[in-house]
Amino acid sequence: MPSAYGASAYIPIAIFVAVATGFALFTLVFSSLIHSEKYNKVKLEPYECGIEPTTDARDRYSIRYYLVAMLFVIFDVETVFMFPWAVIFNKLLLFGLIEMMVFIFILVVGYYYAWQKGALDWV
Amino acid sequence: MPPGVSLSDFYYILPELVLTGGALLVLIADVLLPKERRAALAWVTLLALGATAAALVPFANTHVEVAHGLLAVDRFSLFFKILFLLAAAITVLMSIRYLETEGAASPGEYYFLILCATLGMMIMAGGIDLITIMIGLETMAVSFYILAGYIKPNQRSNEAAVKYFLLGAFSLGILLYGMSLMYGLSGTTNLRVMASAFVGQEKDPRLMLAVILVVAGVGFKIAAVPFHMWAPDVYEGAPTPVTAFLSVGSKAASFAMLIRIFVEGMPSMSADWRLLFYVLSILTMTAGNIAAVTQSNVKRMLAYSSIAHAGYLLMGIVAGTARGITATLIYLMIYSFMQLGAFAVITLLRRKDVVGDELKDFSGLAFRNPFAAFAMLLFMLSLGGIPPTAGFMGKFWLFSAAIDAHYYGLAVIGVLNSAISLYYYVRIVVFMYLKKETSGSDPVITPALALVLGVTVMATLVLGVYPQLLFRVADVSARTLGVAGITAAIR
Repeated sequence: MPSAYGASAYIPIAIFVAVATGFALFTLVFSSLIHSEKYNKVKLEPYECGIEPTTDARDRYSIRYYLVAMLFVIFDVETVFMFPWAVIFNKLLLFGLIEMMVFIFILVVGYYYAWQKGALDWV
Repeated sequence: MPPGVSLSDFYYILPELVLTGGALLVLIADVLLPKERRAALAWVTLLALGATAAALVPFANTHVEVAHGLLAVDRFSLFFKILFLLAAAITVLMSIRYLETEGAASPGEYYFLILCATLGMMIMAGGIDLITIMIGLETMAVSFYILAGYIKPNQRSNEAAVKYFLLGAFSLGILLYGMSLMYGLSGTTNLRVMASAFVGQEKDPRLMLAVILVVAGVGFKIAAVPFHMWAPDVYEGAPTPVTAFLSVGSKAASFAMLIRIFVEGMPSMSADWRLLFYVLSILTMTAGNIAAVTQSNVKRMLAYSSIAHAGYLLMGIVAGTARGITATLIYLMIYSFMQLGAFAVITLLRRKDVVGDELKDFSGLAFRNPFAAFAMLLFMLSLGGIPPTAGFMGKFWLFSAAIDAHYYGLAVIGVLNSAISLYYYVRIVVFMYLKKETSGSDPVITPALALVLGVTVMATLVLGVYPQLLFRVADVSARTLGVAGITAAIR
């Protein structure tokens, strides 16, 4: 059925895009025409789930990107090795299991070291 | 058990397994030991190195290929493994006081990385497969990238790490490209299978390109001119014991890799690579020595001297004979002792108020610490190649190997370069013995540093007077490669 993949198949999507854009534009333009401009203190405060704000929201905090990236690499590499291992596990059997245990053991030592050195203590 | 692996393979890599276990033990001990007992980590590291050396004993006469030609356990790799373990042990002994002076936060990481670098070197020396060599090289190189920047508050140390990392990665790319061509043209990554596949392809331009790329990649690792630009900055910026280990261990491992790749993997192409190394050798010796003359920082001077020594060492490779390879092995061992000793003296001069690597820090050392000054005198004479030190014996063997292979010009240039090098080596001696004393606290020798200086001084003297044992061992090691057969192919 080549026709199902032709340009006509995109017509519903085009309608959807037009309606979505039109609705957004209509709402913005219409409300700006009819709303009143009265401000007060509460109205100008940043919205924080209804709780009264205590400090400035623009605070600097460390996301420890370096350590997060390092830990990510450790577990990412682990997964990279584990996927092919899992696929041919039925051929590797006990040997493969022991090899993977050794591999994970070495990673766990590194993880334990990072943990004890405070790499996981946030901020 | 999958095909291609057997339990006996694990028996043959016992030293590597022991070293891996030791490295993990150091890491765990760093966490478990209370802060005031952290000094014991150095001894745990030495224990791991000792256990690895003990694990080498059963393989003294072994000559096998492990896991269908991934690793070779033979005399050649054994020679290098002993060299690496000695260098690592001396480096650890040197590091104890240096780390205390620098106030390094976690010595466990430092010793762990030293052990990892040693492991990588051991794999490089044993590797007869491009993939194994690559893994060993990376294990070593990544450890060194981190070690070079180990003194975190020091900007020079940071600069050294970044420079070494960027140029290391760049050179690795070149090396890998050459290796991929070798693999593409032979259909195998095993060097010994490759050697027979390349017979009769000598005129293939793609193979020549592969040779050029691999020579360039290896040239970076041994710091041969014109691929040496990283070496002075990295050597100067890195912590002194790391510089010592880098200039000895990394260089020796790269030479092991070079010999494996070219002598074992591409003997039929020897006319090409010997010509390239011939040019590199002359350039490296000459540029290294001339640049060293103008240096006022001793670490930087030793860096250029180390570059020049790469040039001397290449003479043995250029000769291409069993005698040439033997000479390279002998000189690597001798060079390790004198280079490590010289850096140990610089480590000794590191105090709270003095960095200890400027030429003026050496002035009057003979009056402040006669033993250290005498040791330094000996290392400088040995590096310059003056009898009765070991350096003379090593150079003699290298030059005679070059003459033996009819490279008279190369030998003459080598001798002339030795003469140039004496200028800057003797300059340190002048500062130590003839200059007036300077202010600052006197350097104190700790027992560990005394042991380091004792061993290196003894080795420099004994190998200069009685070199027969080392010669025999190096000869046997070089011959396990089957260089004799390769020489027949060359001639």
